[in-house]
Amino acid sequence: MEQPEQDIATGLQPLEPAAEPQAPPTPEPQAYSEPGSPVFDAEKVSCYYGSFRAVTDVSLSIYEHEITAFIGPSGCGKTTVLRTLNRMNDLVAGARVEGEVRYRGASLYSKDVSPIAVRRNIGMVFQKPNPFPKSIYDNVAYGPRINGERNRGKLDEIVEHSLRQAALWDEVKNRLKASGLSLSGGQAQRLCIARTLAVEPDVVLMDEPCSALDPIATSAIEDLMRDIKSRYTIVIVTHNMQQATRVSDRTAFFSVLRNEESDTRTGVLVEYGRTQQIFEDPKDSRTEAYVTGQVG
Amino acid sequence: MAVFTGQQPDLREAAGWRRTKNRIATALMVVAFVLVVIPLVFVLITVVARGIKIISWQFLTAPIPPQVVPAGIGGIGPAIVGTIEIVGIAAVMAVPLGVLGAIYLNEYGGKGVLGRLIGFMADVMTGVPSIVMGLFIFSIWVLHFGFSGFAGALALGCLMLPVVIRSTDEMLKLVPNPLREGSYALGATKSRVTMTVVLPAAIGGIVSGALLAIARAVGETAPLLFTILTVTTVNRNVFSGPNTSLPSQIFANAISPYTGAQDRAWGAALTLIVIAFVLMIVARIVTARFTRYSR
Amino acid sequence: MTQQAGPAIPAGPTRPLSQRRPLGDRTFQVIALAAGLLVLVILVLIAISTTQQAAPWFKAEGWGIFGKTWNPASNQFGALAFIYGTAITSAIAVIMAVPVSVGIALLLTEVVPYRWARPIVYVIDLLAVVPSVVWGLWGILVFAPWIAKIYSSIASAVTGIPVLGALFGPPTSGASFFTAGVILAFMITPIVTSLSREVIATVPVIDKEGAYALGATRLEMIQGAVWPHSKGGIVGAVLLGLGRAMGETIAAALVIGSSATITSHLFAPGDSMPAVIANQFGEASGVFRAALMGLGVLLFAFTIIINVIARAIVGRSAEQGSA
Repeated sequence: MEQPEQDIATGLQPLEPAAEPQAPPTPEPQAYSEPGSPVFDAEKVSCYYGSFRAVTDVSLSIYEHEITAFIGPSGCGKTTVLRTLNRMNDLVAGARVEGEVRYRGASLYSKDVSPIAVRRNIGMVFQKPNPFPKSIYDNVAYGPRINGERNRGKLDEIVEHSLRQAALWDEVKNRLKASGLSLSGGQAQRLCIARTLAVEPDVVLMDEPCSALDPIATSAIEDLMRDIKSRYTIVIVTHNMQQATRVSDRTAFFSVLRNEESDTRTGVLVEYGRTQQIFEDPKDSRTEAYVTGQVG
Repeated sequence: MAVFTGQQPDLREAAGWRRTKNRIATALMVVAFVLVVIPLVFVLITVVARGIKIISWQFLTAPIPPQVVPAGIGGIGPAIVGTIEIVGIAAVMAVPLGVLGAIYLNEYGGKGVLGRLIGFMADVMTGVPSIVMGLFIFSIWVLHFGFSGFAGALALGCLMLPVVIRSTDEMLKLVPNPLREGSYALGATKSRVTMTVVLPAAIGGIVSGALLAIARAVGETAPLLFTILTVTTVNRNVFSGPNTSLPSQIFANAISPYTGAQDRAWGAALTLIVIAFVLMIVARIVTARFTRYSR
Repeated sequence: MTQQAGPAIPAGPTRPLSQRRPLGDRTFQVIALAAGLLVLVILVLIAISTTQQAAPWFKAEGWGIFGKTWNPASNQFGALAFIYGTAITSAIAVIMAVPVSVGIALLLTEVVPYRWARPIVYVIDLLAVVPSVVWGLWGILVFAPWIAKIYSSIASAVTGIPVLGALFGPPTSGASFFTAGVILAFMITPIVTSLSREVIATVPVIDKEGAYALGATRLEMIQGAVWPHSKGGIVGAVLLGLGRAMGETIAAALVIGSSATITSHLFAPGDSMPAVIANQFGEASGVFRAALMGLGVLLFAFTIIINVIARAIVGRSAEQGSA
């Protein structure tokens, strides 16, 4: 194998079939083998930005090889919860997480967990496509390169494979050297998805990936999600309910809880279940009001 | 058909005195600009007119003759060599350090107390007179190690450092945050994000800022007065022995009573201005061609 | 689980979550911090080393460092003439440059359509790029001889008139306080212009539009909307220009006349702190050199103070403007 450079401890190790059961000091993720087992377990998670409590007491589980959708009105914290799953909120000054977030049994926020390593397992696609100002090839090869991959042949393979998974290969295969900035919106977003898939993550988080795209591009991305579902676990934040019904297996509905006395707002998880149940037979009246379009 | 009752609205320009005051103000602003253009044009014309008479390949490469020698004999070759040596070393020291300092301010500590202090002091440092830098290097270096081109480079480097920090900082700020987030999300460490995404995105502006700092350094005389001890011979060893530079020679010749020396000063001045202008133009081209961060 | 062609990955997690922060990442942060600290270190070293070198002068003269007589031959080193010269030439430079610079800044931000702004900015940048030694060369060989004639005509016209005579009467010389002030004015215009532009640009567009919407002319809009917001910042820009003028050495050294006198006659030759250092350091030694070094210390102190005040004002103004 290639020699990783000094400055990144890549830890790219082949998977041991039975990882040792977690001991508190070094939490290692366990390999669950049954389909449908939880990839994430969130227990009474609250997120703070400084003293502002953005999200209160969220508890849910994300299951393997499923697409889970987070829906709800603006400001209800769905993106905040999404970003706690790959520790992207660490980048915001004053952000804090209370409660327990477990990834395959291992605690994500334990002291000796490295956010860098977390993000190599759990990738993210953003709302507005953000290709690097590099060539298409270099965009996709970026992740493998920082993981230490230097072999040109291997990189070519990875780039092609990722672009194929993202359904972008045929459109760009003859201009891999072109700048990533020269792509249209839908193409650029697929490039970002290819870039994310190139590091072979376990989970792909998507933060309103189609909100900046036209309907045709949106449809292409939804097809993509269905195609790759069998290899990844996907969590998507969307404000488009039809999209949630089209692609997701489970849906979590978040809403805003207002405290009249202290004049504060916070996000809460109202209901979580199979998508069909949420939309056809919601248990909570707030869910019903939202999915039937009575409230924004 | 609509009928307007009452007086028709007066839609002409503001009347009388208000309009006149406005016009005068505008005229004054234009005059201000003209007042600035006139001396600039004058200087440039004079330098070009007097300098071009003496410029030739021989002038640019020949050794420096004694001041009394008339124009046409000798040249300013050693001064050009000295300028290139000294400014080159100054840039090699100041640019990387300046970029790293700006990286600290922008990506790491900028908002904390120390970061804000450093940023503030970097701005203040751009206002330190160049002669003070010369006296400073004289005190801590020349007194121990003697005059040398390197001492001059240290002084110029100190002048360039805060300028590079500030201009690089501006460029780093312009790199959109989504680019950084995309890199973090792929599991990159902060140093990786900075080196592989942020710097490449800002490189056009950084290079252009560095070129402008170099253009300023090329013309500096005061910091070199007590550090290189102007001589007239070429000194290829930058680290020991006095040296010379274009601005130093111009200064020495400007106060000379001999027309030969003065003519050489004009030629050197023209050379200096051409170098500075070329650097400035290259900087603009780099900015125009290499700054594009997002769709 | 289906496996696709390509790099095969087993189902489930692939990588351990706990790693120590890579050494390279920490080293990079340390290096960046060190580079930043260099700024503070250099400033402190400047203060310490120059004061050390100037100590003999402070000791020898005590408060006499502000004395009127500067005579190396008789070991007298009173710096008042140079402080005076620096003050006068900087004042002249600022008085002349500020209206012009603010005028150009307003021209660029309020009057000129966007397409014409670029060439004007280029001209200002050209002005900034001319090295000070070239200004000095032109100043002493071309400008000074030419303006000497104008000086003598003015001087003969105002001899005898109370205030004007004192200011503009004889003696006159091409190389004088006033000449140095004019050249310095040319040199500080670019920085005052560009800073004023920055400050004016932070005036909220809403305020400007509000003024126009009330039917104001452009001048009235500038007086009502731009000026209140940018006064503070422009004062800061002026102070920065002042600092630059005070510290400008070479151009001043060449055209100020190198005569250590204190006189109200602006057309007479004089001297300034940086000019005398540049001109006399080469042959100086002992207390003489310490005295010149001491002038450098004073210059450093003045310009640091002015710059700190100026940056604080400009910084605060910009924040308020864009609120």
